[in-house]
Amino acid sequence: MKIPATKYPVERFTLDNGLRVVLTPDRSAPVVGVAVVYDVGIRSEPQGRTGFAHLFEHLMFQGSENLEKLAHFRHVQGAGGSFNGSTHLDYTDYFEVLPAGALERALFLEADRMRGPRLTEENLRNQVDVVKEEIRVNVLNRPYGGFPWLKLPPVMFETFPNAHDGYGSFTDLESATVDDAAEFFRKYYASGNATLAVAGDFDVATATKLIEHHFGDVPARPKPQLPDFAEPGPSAERRESYVDRLAPLPAVASAWRVPDPIADFTDYLPYVVLAEVLTDGDASRLVERLVQRDRIATTIGGYIGFMGDEYQVRNPTALLLQAHLPPGGDTDKVLRVVDEELDRLATGGLTAGELARTQARMATHLLRDTDAVLGRALPMAVLELQRGRPELLNELPKLVGEVTEAQIVAAAATLRPERRATVEVVPGVNQ
Amino acid sequence: MSNRSLPDLVPDSKIRLPKQAERTLSSGLTVIAIRRPAVPLVELRLRVPFGRAPLARATLLSQALFTGTATMSSIDIAAELQAVGGGLSAGLDPDTLLVTGNSLAGGLDRMLEILAGVLTDPAYPADEVATERERLVDHIQVAQSQPAHVARTALLKRMYGRHPYAVQTPEPEQVRGVRPAQLRALHADRVRPDGSVLVLVGDINVEKAIDTAEKALGGWIGAGRDGNLPATPPLEPGPLLLVDRPGAVQSSLRMALPAVPRTDPDYAALQLANMVFGGYFSSRWVENIREDKGYTYGPHTAIEHFLAGSALVVAAEVATEVTGPAMLETLYELGRIASLPPGEEELEQARRYALGTLRLGMSTQAGLAGLASIYASFGLRLDYLTEHSAALSSATREQVAEVAAQYLAPSRAVSVVLGDAEKVEGQLAALTPVERGAA
Repeated sequence: MKIPATKYPVERFTLDNGLRVVLTPDRSAPVVGVAVVYDVGIRSEPQGRTGFAHLFEHLMFQGSENLEKLAHFRHVQGAGGSFNGSTHLDYTDYFEVLPAGALERALFLEADRMRGPRLTEENLRNQVDVVKEEIRVNVLNRPYGGFPWLKLPPVMFETFPNAHDGYGSFTDLESATVDDAAEFFRKYYASGNATLAVAGDFDVATATKLIEHHFGDVPARPKPQLPDFAEPGPSAERRESYVDRLAPLPAVASAWRVPDPIADFTDYLPYVVLAEVLTDGDASRLVERLVQRDRIATTIGGYIGFMGDEYQVRNPTALLLQAHLPPGGDTDKVLRVVDEELDRLATGGLTAGELARTQARMATHLLRDTDAVLGRALPMAVLELQRGRPELLNELPKLVGEVTEAQIVAAAATLRPERRATVEVVPGVNQ
Repeated sequence: MSNRSLPDLVPDSKIRLPKQAERTLSSGLTVIAIRRPAVPLVELRLRVPFGRAPLARATLLSQALFTGTATMSSIDIAAELQAVGGGLSAGLDPDTLLVTGNSLAGGLDRMLEILAGVLTDPAYPADEVATERERLVDHIQVAQSQPAHVARTALLKRMYGRHPYAVQTPEPEQVRGVRPAQLRALHADRVRPDGSVLVLVGDINVEKAIDTAEKALGGWIGAGRDGNLPATPPLEPGPLLLVDRPGAVQSSLRMALPAVPRTDPDYAALQLANMVFGGYFSSRWVENIREDKGYTYGPHTAIEHFLAGSALVVAAEVATEVTGPAMLETLYELGRIASLPPGEEELEQARRYALGTLRLGMSTQAGLAGLASIYASFGLRLDYLTEHSAALSSATREQVAEVAAQYLAPSRAVSVVLGDAEKVEGQLAALTPVERGAA
């Protein structure tokens, strides 16, 4: 089946203060998505301040130059919109989706906090408490919390930026100061270190004027140099395990380093497709073998990037496989069978139609995501930030469709046990 | 410091419903097709009435629906769907078996043919059913270790007593006892077109899409069964039920309050009252217990609709040491919304949020498909969006105050807390009678 494509128009320009702007109009629904992305994430936070990038994201909602605490939320929701933000390894995003008539309000709100958040001791302490509850609900009070995104990086990586816990230790979070926050803002939240993307129902000329009006006088500051977080991959198999006292069943995740997602995109893309060949649906190789045939796993999934953001992550990153096992399941056996299947793929190649059907399904997923205005604004803002290529979003279904069997086979051949880092969850319920 | 003022909103245009068509086939299946050509895909939702179906069998059936037909294995089904960029899966709620899927727009015919095979000629092969049975048992076991699931289970029991809604997840032992022949029998008895609704949304010609569905699903026949459930019983407030989870670092706080269905004249006002109280971020309760007190991360409330009744559910995960104080603020905010009329400005803010959310919800293929499908199961169509917008726009402060007094009064709440009982029982008992119990 021929893989279709989208043709969302893309307009780009840069303001005098360095803010890079992407406009992608589409008038099929009366809504707009606004995304501002800053080029700083978990990997840039200082030692002794684990979790700070995420804590700072919370502080960006606590009021700004012309806005009291609570005002941001009320102005977005009182316009009929929704907001959020999220902190990733390499970037932090802030976004709104609103009825089209609220575009200018969203631009005002984003520009106001780009000029500067209101950093107060009271707001900081309040948000430290909120973040601790976030960590409790997502990690400490539930089974498999932080598995594998917080548990595998310290096994795979050596250096602090790549290996540390991005949610942060309670000690580090409690040690954070208003001065830390002011310095973090000064260093990383310069307009020249950010991109703005607007998607949806608007007129380009009007939106351009509004953006110049609201963001044009955000004072420029020097942008930080892009750090290089490269480190060598594992030269021998690495493996660790931990007891999860809330988990009833075993689980295991392995990761292998992959080529640089940006500098070596052509070599990288086959790994993205390979993860789907291995694990997308009941007809994929690993699901068929481990779940259906051998019944040694209850589920198995594969993806790239510890936060599943394969087109929005920088080097170094990894292809991950994660499996949940039945009671008494044998993780060694799961890993052995994975190796066997990878060997079989590397030596025997693909079956007829296997690649084409995987590519067709990947196209559906890609296209489906872009149907929502934020599914265009957010990735385009990040693609602009990291690659200067927001239009890549339109091209991905086709590029995925051009990956060849030879590339998949070559990628599979690199997923050797000696390049693997593995973390295993030992169930601790009733123990 | 600059002094800038908040830009005005450009008033919303009138809600425009997308092009759509509907046909009820001779089998009793209703097909609704909706055009949104923004991306070259099609979304599919099929709702089959499943009320009164035996829980363990129905749950396993939903997990095993795509395990094979007379002519296709589970792998054939998955591979052939993938080939058109497609995927189908099934789930169960107490009223409905729901099939969800999507594919490239050009793959609609094939996706419907495969679905037809699954609906009319299912095999439930013993091996595949055994695999799905074990997976379901494992899945339930993991769910039972998750606080949100345990708290929900306890709340449902407390809310619904002897009504079938009281238990929505089967026990592992019950699932282990289900045989493939029982799935075949249940399928023959209940997976029937009469009363079912198929929704297709996407880059389609609506009339042609219905023709395609009629052709593909022509062989799916059979009269519907009476799956109607008795109306849910009124909530019976009583002591707070405390379920022990030793060592828990958070308590899961849950409350249920009465609510009305979407078509009730009070519904728009109740929705607004809920929002002012706790139904969105800029509500009193969230601003209080999160942004002021820092007790919690993601507190939320929602009106849940099932065919036999509606309820308003309040949920927050709070730190163990502030479980009592968090309950205190929750009771306070419920008491406040039930006793005093909302402010004009906070009501307008909630109203605009409710109206905006309707527009955002219909701005994607998947959003439209979800809305059209859920509305259809309650006998409503997409024009409900227009009617409900009008009701939200016209609800007065007095009406909101009146329904808040009636439905949001804390004295009417059924309350459950899952947490470290030794640490939180005293805190909670200071505020309200507490009884310990099992999930």
